[in-house]
Amino acid sequence: MAEVSLRALRKSYGTTEVIHGVSCDIADGELVVVVGPSGCGKSTLLRMVAGLEEITSGEIAIGGRVVNDIEAKDRDIAMVFQNYALYPHMTVGGNMAYGLKMRGLPREEIASRVARAAAILQLDGLLDRKPRQLSGGQRQRVAMGRAIVRDPKVFLFDEPLSNLDAKLRGQMRVEIRRLQQSLATTSIYVTHDQVEAMTLADRLVVMNAGVAEQIGTPLALYERPATIFVAGFIGSPAMNFLSAVPAEDGWLALGDGTRLRPPPDGAALAPGRKLTLGLRPEHLARDGGIAPLTVTVELAEMLGADTIVHGRLGDGALLLARLPGTARAKPGERLPLAVDPARLHVFDRESGKRI
Amino acid sequence: MSARSGIDWLPHAILLAGVAIVAFPIYVTLVASTLSVSDIVNAPMPLIPGGHGLDSYREALFAGSSLRTSGALVSRMLLNSLVMALVIATGKIAISILSAYAVVFFRFPLRMVFFWMIFVTLMLPVEVRIVPTYKVVASLGMVDTFAGLTIPLIASATATLLFRQFFLTIPDEMVEAAQIDGAGPLRFFWDTVLPLSRTNIAALFVILFIYGWNQYLWPLLITNSASMMTIVIGIKTLLGGGDAQTEWNLVMATTVLAMLPPIAVVVLMQRWFVKGLVESEK
Repeated sequence: MAEVSLRALRKSYGTTEVIHGVSCDIADGELVVVVGPSGCGKSTLLRMVAGLEEITSGEIAIGGRVVNDIEAKDRDIAMVFQNYALYPHMTVGGNMAYGLKMRGLPREEIASRVARAAAILQLDGLLDRKPRQLSGGQRQRVAMGRAIVRDPKVFLFDEPLSNLDAKLRGQMRVEIRRLQQSLATTSIYVTHDQVEAMTLADRLVVMNAGVAEQIGTPLALYERPATIFVAGFIGSPAMNFLSAVPAEDGWLALGDGTRLRPPPDGAALAPGRKLTLGLRPEHLARDGGIAPLTVTVELAEMLGADTIVHGRLGDGALLLARLPGTARAKPGERLPLAVDPARLHVFDRESGKRI
Repeated sequence: MSARSGIDWLPHAILLAGVAIVAFPIYVTLVASTLSVSDIVNAPMPLIPGGHGLDSYREALFAGSSLRTSGALVSRMLLNSLVMALVIATGKIAISILSAYAVVFFRFPLRMVFFWMIFVTLMLPVEVRIVPTYKVVASLGMVDTFAGLTIPLIASATATLLFRQFFLTIPDEMVEAAQIDGAGPLRFFWDTVLPLSRTNIAALFVILFIYGWNQYLWPLLITNSASMMTIVIGIKTLLGGGDAQTEWNLVMATTVLAMLPPIAVVVLMQRWFVKGLVESEK
C-alpha cells in the first residue's frame, strides 16, 4: 500500500515536449482516473509511472521512494494492458505465476497466491487453459489476475476495457471497482471514455495536450469545470457553448440578442468582455414560467427515458436540451427553454478558463 | 447432372496428369534400382520392378570398392550429407534467430545499418562469393573438413528476415509485460520468444535442411578426400565417363537413398511446417 506523487513531470521526445509538467498526489488506496482524448499524453504519463518511459524531468515517488531511476520490475507496480498482453503459449495459471516465478518465490507460495487470485476472479476452472481458448472478458480477468497475484503497491490500468463490447465493459467496470475497493490498492487508471472515468474514479485527472487541465472528484468536475475543455469533456451529451458579452447592467447578451441573468455567485464582468457560456443539456427545462431561450427544433431523439432536442437559436447557434421522456417536440416547432442562472458556467473566451 | 460431373472430372484429370508427370521419373528411378544393368541398358527398359533390388541397395551402401567413387561408401556419403545439412540448418536458425532478436528488440547505435548489412548479403549467395570464400577457408586450413563444409553456408539473411518479420508481430505490450514481470532480455527470449517461434523454426528447419542437403558447388570445391564426399557429389561421380560402363542400377539405388532423408524430414515435420507457413499466432 502506498501513495504516489507526481511532481512537475515532463516528457520530451527529441525536441517535442508531450507532457508539460503534470503534478498530482494520489492517496493510499485511491483510484485516480486519467482521462482525455487520444494523444493527450495520458498513456505516456502512465508508462512513466510504470517505468516503461524515461522521465525527462520531474519526479515520481511511490510510497515515499523516488523511483525515477528504478527499473520497472523493481517499482513494485503491476500493469493491466489494453490488449491484455498475455503470454499466448502459457496457461492461465502460468501467466499469473510468471511474475512471481521471476521473483523467485517458493512454489507453494506461488500456487496459493494464484489459487486465491483465481478464486477472486472466478477463474478457478480455467487455470489450465491457454489464453486463446478464453473469451475477451475472461482474458481481461486473467490480465487482472496477473496484477493481483503480485500484491503490488500500485495497479496501473491502461485502457483495460477498450477491447470489450459495450455490455461486458459495463460489467467489468463494476468488477474492477469492487475489486479495487476490496483490495484497497492505490490505482491509476487511464481511459478515454468519460463514462468509465466518472463511474470508477475517486478522483479524476482530465488531460489535454499534455497538461492536466483539472484534478478533482467526478462531481466537482461536473459541477465546476475549470476550463471549457473540461466542461465539454465531462458529461453526455456534451455541454452547449454559446458566445456572450456582458451588458452594462451585468446581464449576459447572446448573439441573437437574448439576455440571460448572470450566475448569482459570479464575479463582476467588465462590459464587452468576450465570454463563452456553458449550459448543460440536462439543465435546460421546458418551462412556461421564465423562458429566456427560444429555439427552433431541428430534431428530437426519443430515447424513452429522455428526449434529446436539437434546436437552433435565432443566430443559428446549436443548442441541445435533455428533456423528460414525456416531452414531445416536432421539427420546425418553436420551443421555449428555461435556464437556471445558478447552473450557468461562464468562461473567458480567450483563455478558456472559468470566471 | 452430366454437366456437373463433367466439370468435376476435368480438374481431376488435369491434376492426375500433373501428378503423373511429377511422379513418373521417380517411379522410373525406383524401378531401375531393382533391375540388372543389362535390363536397364537394353531399350525399352521394363517398367515393372525386377528382382535385383536388395542386391543393388546392399552394393550401393556397403560395397564401395566396386564403384567409381574412389573408395567412398554411399553410407559414408549419406552420413556426411546428413551432418552437413543438420549443421547448416541448426546453425542458420540459431544465428539468425539471435540476430533478428537483437535487431527487433534492442535499440543500439547503427541498428538499421546492421540490419541493412544483413539484408544486403541476400544479394551475395554462395555461388557469387565462392572464390573469395574458398580462399579464406583454404587459408584457415579448413579444406576437407566439416567446418569448411558448413560454416561458410551458415550466415543467413533470409532466415534473419523471416524471424524479424515474425518478431515484429509480437506486440510491444508483451515485451513490457515481461519487463514488469521482471524477465530480463535472456529470460524473455527463452521463455516467450523461443516458444512462440516454434512453428517458424520447424518450417525453416525443413527448408534449410533441404537447402543444405542439396548443396553441390560448395562441397565439390571444398572436399577432396573420398571420406568427405557428400551424396549429391557421389551421384555425379557414379555416372561414369568415357570408357567405363555406368552401373545404372547402383546410380538409381543411390539416388533413391539420397532422396530418403529430405522426404523423412518433410513427412515428420509436415504438421509443424504447414502451421509455420500458414498460422500467424499471437
